[in-house]
Amino acid sequence: MKKTASLLLITLALFVSTATLIASFPATAQTRKLRIGVEGAYPPFSELGTDGKIKGFDIDIANALCEQIKAQCTLVQQEFDGMIPSLQAKKLDAIIASMSITDERKQVIEFSDKYYHTPARFVGKKNAALAATTAGMKGKRIGVQRTTIHDRFVTDTFKESEIVRYAKQDDVFLDLTSGRLDAVLVDQVAASQGFFLLPAGKDFSFFGPVYMEPKYFGYGAGIGLRKTDTALRDEFNAAIKAIRANGVYKKINDKYFQFDVYGGK
Amino acid sequence: MLSLDVIVNSLPLYVSGAWLTVKLLLVSLLIGLAGAMPLAVMRSSANPLLSYPVWLFTYVIRGTPLLVQLFLIYYGLAQFESMRQSWLWEWFSSAWFCAVLAFGINTCAYTTEIIAGAISATSHGEIEAAKSLGMSRLTLYRRILLPSALRRSLHAYSNEVIMMLHGTSLASIVTLLDITGAAREVNSRYYLPFEAFITAAVFYLGLTFILVGLFRLAEKRWLVHLAARV
Repeated sequence: MKKTASLLLITLALFVSTATLIASFPATAQTRKLRIGVEGAYPPFSELGTDGKIKGFDIDIANALCEQIKAQCTLVQQEFDGMIPSLQAKKLDAIIASMSITDERKQVIEFSDKYYHTPARFVGKKNAALAATTAGMKGKRIGVQRTTIHDRFVTDTFKESEIVRYAKQDDVFLDLTSGRLDAVLVDQVAASQGFFLLPAGKDFSFFGPVYMEPKYFGYGAGIGLRKTDTALRDEFNAAIKAIRANGVYKKINDKYFQFDVYGGK
Repeated sequence: MLSLDVIVNSLPLYVSGAWLTVKLLLVSLLIGLAGAMPLAVMRSSANPLLSYPVWLFTYVIRGTPLLVQLFLIYYGLAQFESMRQSWLWEWFSSAWFCAVLAFGINTCAYTTEIIAGAISATSHGEIEAAKSLGMSRLTLYRRILLPSALRRSLHAYSNEVIMMLHGTSLASIVTLLDITGAAREVNSRYYLPFEAFITAAVFYLGLTFILVGLFRLAEKRWLVHLAARV
């Protein structure tokens, strides 16, 4: 008897909770749902906190933009080299992962306007005195994150060096610290804020020129979207303008950087 | 639609990847097998001082994922300054060495258990017969236990070899360009994951096919006494 009663109660509880779930649907259906691809291994833009939660400049910008366009966003963490395939497979609706807008990528996906722009530089041991020329880097091991603008550039330029490719920028820095790599080409800010400030990064510094050529280094980091989602692109563009204007961008910027990471006009 | 031109253009990358995969597999199997023979004998020994440490070794290795072991060896050891200053670093700085070491230790643990299992499953009659002929312990192992145990391990070992072949795909995570590494490279260059990974799958299938064939030949030769009579 007692068993039947409790069974009945459970059934009732299940029924009620399902009913409330169904009832709550129309309300949320008003706000769009977007899945945003983020990386989580590219400090200070995107990293995992000690609590396991993802944080960083990209993340704050993503949340601010979603709020601006009134979308309910789920952040999906995944590796960088899988971002564009996932976007095309509709597993993601947008990429906010410090992805540079390049002509090559533009053939495959759509981009919003840039939301920041920083140059790239080589990082090496402080006393190594390396020269960032084909001859100077001959036979050296250069580490880059796979499929990035840095990968493309060193692959095309430093043909006599050994290019070692990694899935995550964190892993590139790990192998630079251990001495498996002689040099790393990386975003200037990712190095100065994400590496030099760490205990492991204190013996390392920049060398060589500041790289900005659009052919390789693109036009700044933008939001990656599917070719067909031009309406969403326009919304994101408007939202970037809006948060630039209303001070939200500056607030986020100042949390991470002492300069305007947006990089000129 | 399948972009065949991408696959054809990347074939050289896959072929060199397959060569690296085969090298990784063979060297780690060699390390594994060489270690497993004495360890299996120790493992099936009645003396706990011999069998217990081996039990612990296989328990730890089989109880942790290969990926974790690889990370420990490649990134983990590199963390220590003393390691980086020592003569060992010349070896451990190479991704290839770290991968082969991790794979070799891993397959060694599994192979040890396979052979030890076959040794302890040897029928008492054979051992008693050998003892009645006055064979010493060493001769007993050399003439009776090991040959028959190794033969009976063949089936299980063929499984282990194929699992190990697939295990080598983890090498791509420590920057090596094996078959999977080639696939990731192609995927990242053309953004065509299906083409990239289906080609890798075909290469692995081909290698597995060769391995299965080799084991069939080996079984024909060494397990003929267990085959069905026609």
